Amino acid sequence: MTIEARGVVKSFGAFKALDGVDLKVANGELLALLGPSGSGKTTLLRIIAGLEWPDAGEILFDGENALDRGARERHVGFVFQHYALFRHMNVFENVAFGLRVQPRRIRKTEAQIRARVKELLDLVQLDWLADRYPSQLSGGQRQRIALARALAIEPRILLLDEPFGALDAKVRKELRQWLRTLHHSINVTSIFVTHDQEEALEVAHRVVVMDKGRIEQVGSPSDVYDSPATAFVHGFIGESIMLPVEVTGGAVHLNGRPLDIAVEGGAAGASTLFVRRHDMLIGPADSGTLHGAVTHVRSFGPVQRAEIALTEGSTIEIDAPRDRELRIGDRVGLKPRHYRIFAGG
Amino acid sequence: MSIEMTLQRTPDGSARSLAESAARRDPRAEPAIVRVAIITLAIAFLSIFVVLPLVVVFVEAFGRGVVAYLSALADPEAWSAIRLTLGVAAVSVGTNLVFGLAAAWAITKFDFPGKTFLITLIDLPFSVSPVISGLVFVLLFGAQGFLGPWLQDHDLQILFAFPGIALATIFVTFPFVARALIPLMQEQGTQEEEAAISLGASGLQTFFRVTLPNIKWGVLYGVLLCNARAMGEFGAVSVVSGHIRGETNTMPLLVEILYNEYQMVASFAIASLLAMLALITLIAKTILERNIDGDMPHDD
Amino acid sequence: MSVLAPRRSTLPGFGLTMGLTLTWLSLIVLIPLAGLFVRSTDLSLAQFWDIVTSRRTLSALKISFGLSFAAACVNLVMGTIVVWALVRYRFPGRRLFDAIVDVPFALPTAVAGVALTALFAQKGWLGAPLAAMGIKVAFTPLGIFIAMIFIGIPFVVRTVQPVLIDLDPEIEEAAASLGASRWHIVTKVILPSLTPALLTGFALAFARAVGEYGSVIFIAGNLPNVSEIAPLLIVIRLSEFRYADATAIAVVMLVVAFVIIFAVNRLQRWAQSQAST
Repeated sequence: MTIEARGVVKSFGAFKALDGVDLKVANGELLALLGPSGSGKTTLLRIIAGLEWPDAGEILFDGENALDRGARERHVGFVFQHYALFRHMNVFENVAFGLRVQPRRIRKTEAQIRARVKELLDLVQLDWLADRYPSQLSGGQRQRIALARALAIEPRILLLDEPFGALDAKVRKELRQWLRTLHHSINVTSIFVTHDQEEALEVAHRVVVMDKGRIEQVGSPSDVYDSPATAFVHGFIGESIMLPVEVTGGAVHLNGRPLDIAVEGGAAGASTLFVRRHDMLIGPADSGTLHGAVTHVRSFGPVQRAEIALTEGSTIEIDAPRDRELRIGDRVGLKPRHYRIFAGG
Repeated sequence: MSIEMTLQRTPDGSARSLAESAARRDPRAEPAIVRVAIITLAIAFLSIFVVLPLVVVFVEAFGRGVVAYLSALADPEAWSAIRLTLGVAAVSVGTNLVFGLAAAWAITKFDFPGKTFLITLIDLPFSVSPVISGLVFVLLFGAQGFLGPWLQDHDLQILFAFPGIALATIFVTFPFVARALIPLMQEQGTQEEEAAISLGASGLQTFFRVTLPNIKWGVLYGVLLCNARAMGEFGAVSVVSGHIRGETNTMPLLVEILYNEYQMVASFAIASLLAMLALITLIAKTILERNIDGDMPHDD
Repeated sequence: MSVLAPRRSTLPGFGLTMGLTLTWLSLIVLIPLAGLFVRSTDLSLAQFWDIVTSRRTLSALKISFGLSFAAACVNLVMGTIVVWALVRYRFPGRRLFDAIVDVPFALPTAVAGVALTALFAQKGWLGAPLAAMGIKVAFTPLGIFIAMIFIGIPFVVRTVQPVLIDLDPEIEEAAASLGASRWHIVTKVILPSLTPALLTGFALAFARAVGEYGSVIFIAGNLPNVSEIAPLLIVIRLSEFRYADATAIAVVMLVVAFVIIFAVNRLQRWAQSQAST
C-alpha cells in the first residue's frame, strides 16, 4: 500500500509539532523518519496510524482518504516505543488479541487463531515464550512480541516508533539486521521512527530527515549522507566540520582571508562551510588552503583524529589516515576534498 | 581501624558491639534514649486513642455474655437496620462505581482544560460536614424545600425514606471510587488502550479486556472504602432519616437510639458489627494496596 | 462537550463518560450544595448576621473551631512523633500500629462516639482514674477535644509518611558531614522539608474536626453555649424547623471548609514546586 501525506499540520498548544509535511511512501518500502527529539517524527507516525489527528492536511492510503477512518479501521500495525504489551495477558494472548476482537462474522475459529499465533511466534523466533507474561521478558523479547502482535491483524502498513530506542547497544545491532530481513520476508509498507542516524542509514531503503516539524530531505541513505540538501542535514548526519564563512564577489572568505575554493550552491553573504571530517585532506604546512597546528591527537581504529587550531582562528577536528603519524605541534596545511556551503551563519 | 578489624573477626558478642557502635555513629540515628521515648510515646498515643476504643466496643458488647449479645442482634429492629444499611450501601456503591469509572476514564484518558478543577469538585463531599450533606437534601426535598410541595402533590416520599437516606449516602461516598482510580489510571497511561484500538478492538472491548483487568484492584479498593463509609455514615443519614423505628434506622442510627435508651449491650452489639466491618475493611485495604502497587507501571 | 473534547481522539467514550460525570456530579453534589447557598439568600444580610452572631451560634462556632484547632495542634505534634516512629524505627508490632492508624477513617463515627464515651465516662477505664485526679472528660468540652483528636489522627500521619519515606538520606548525611548536630539536622533540615506535608495534614485534620458530628455528640454533653458543637446546632435548628438558622450556620461552615481546601491545594502546589527544585 502507498501512503501519502499532504500539507499535514499539527500543534500541541503553542508548540508546532508538524508544520506542513508532504511525503509519499511507495508500496513495500521500508522508510525511516529520522530527526532529533521534538522534530515531529513520532507525531507524523501517530497521525498515519490514526492515534492523533492533524489540524490540517490529508493522509491518503492508496489514494484514499484515511482521515475518515479511526485507528480501529485503518488496519495499521503499530509498534509502540515502550511496546504497550497488555501486562495482564501472557505472550500468546497478547498476540492473539487482534484476532479475538474481530467482529464475529469474520473472526477466526479458536484453532485458526492458535495456528496463526504459533506461526507469528515462530516468525519472531519466540514460540517458547508463549506462556510468559510481559514482565518476565527482556526488552528485546518484548519488542519482538509487540511486532508479532502488530502483524497478527495482517496490517496493510507497519509503523514502528523508536523500535530499538529502549534497548541496549548490542541488542539494537542484532535487531536492526533482523528487522531488515523480516521486512524483506513480509514485504509490508513500513515506516519506523528513530533519532539514531546509524539505524536509519543502515536499515531503511529511504530516509526522511525531519527538523522542527518540517521535512528537510528525503532520499536514499547515500543521498542524505553524500549530498545533504540543507545545513541541518549536513550537521545532523555524519560528523562535520562547520566553519563560518563570508561569500562575497564569487569568493569564500574565512575571517576576512579568501579561501582557495570555488563557491558552491547559491550561497551569498554570511554562510557556513561544511566538510566531513574525513574529507579534509592533510598536507605539509605550505600546502592547502587552510593552515594550522596540531594541538591534540587520538589514534584508534583505521584513522587518527587530530584537533587542529587554525591560524584563521577556529579549532577543528579531522580524521586522517594513519599512514602519516601526526604529532602535537606539527604545522599542517588542509584542503577540503568535498564540501558544501549553505547560506546562514 | 585495626581495632574494628579484630572486633569483626570475633564471634557473636563483640560483633554486636560493633553494630551498636556503628549505630551510634550513624548520622541518621538519634540517641537511644530519644529513640525509646519516641517509640513509647507513639505506641502510648495510638493505644489510648485507637486501640482502647476498639477494645471497649467488644468488651461492652459481650459484657453480659454471648447469649445477651446474640439476642440483641436477633431483635427485629436490629435486622431491619442491617437490611436497610446493606440496601443503602449496595445502591451507593453501585452508583458511585459507575460514576467513578466514567469520571476516571474521562479524566485520565483525555486532555481537556479545567481537569484539576473537576477533580477538586469531585473531592468536594470529603470536605463538607456530614450534617450539611444531609441538610442540603432537606432543603431540596423537605416540606419547606425547593421540591417539597411538588413531591407532596405527587405523593412521592424522598426524605425520611430510603431514597433520601440513599441520596445522602451517595453524596458522602461520592469521591471514593474515582479517587482510588484516577492516580492509578494516570500512572498507567493510554498506551495499552491505543494498542488495543489499533489492533481493531472496539471501545467496550478495550475497556473490558484491557483497562478493567489493569485496574481491578483499584476498583475493589474504591468499592471497599466506599462501602465502609456507606455502611458507617451517621451524620448525613441522621439528618434525612426521620428515625422511624424499624423502617428508616440504619445500623449507626440504631446504635445511637439504643445507646440513648441505655440499652448498652444492644447498642454495643450493633456497634461491634460495624467495628468488625471496619477491621475487615482495614485488613482488605492493606492487601489491596500491595496488589495495586503491583499494577503501577515500573520503568525498566 | 465538543468545546472540551479534542477534535477527534483515538480512544472512544469521552462524550459519554464526561457527560455522565458532569451530570452525576451536578445532580448529587453541585445542585444540592448550590441550593444551600440559594436558600441562604432568602435571608437579608442583617438577618444572616443576627443568626450567626447570636450567643448560642457564636458559642457553637467558637467551640467547633477552637477545639478543632487545638485538636489539630495535638495531632500535628503526636502525628509527627507517630510518623517518625513508624518510618525511622523498627520495633515489635510496628506494622500493626501502622495499619491501626487508619482505624479512625474506617470506624463508623457513631461507634467511635459510643466507644470513646464508654472509655472516658466517670466509670470508664480511662474516665475513672482521671476522675480520681479531678479531671472530668465525658460530657465536657474536654470530651469534644478528645473525640476530635481521635478522628484527626490519620490525616497528619498519612500525609507526612510518604514524604518522610522519600526524603533523600544524602541530605542528612551531607548535613552531618558538615558537622551539624543531630538536633540541628532534625530541626533545620528535616522538619523544613516536611513542613508543607505537616501543614496539609494539619489543615485536613482541622477541617475534618470542624465538621465532625457522630464521634463528638455522644461524649460532648451538648450543653448550649458550653459543649454544643456547630453541626449539632444545625441538627437542633432543623428539628425546630428553623431552616434559615440551620442554613446560615451551614453556610459559614462551608465557606470555611472551602477556604481550607483552597489553602491545601495551594500548599500542595507549593510543596510540588519545592520538591522539583
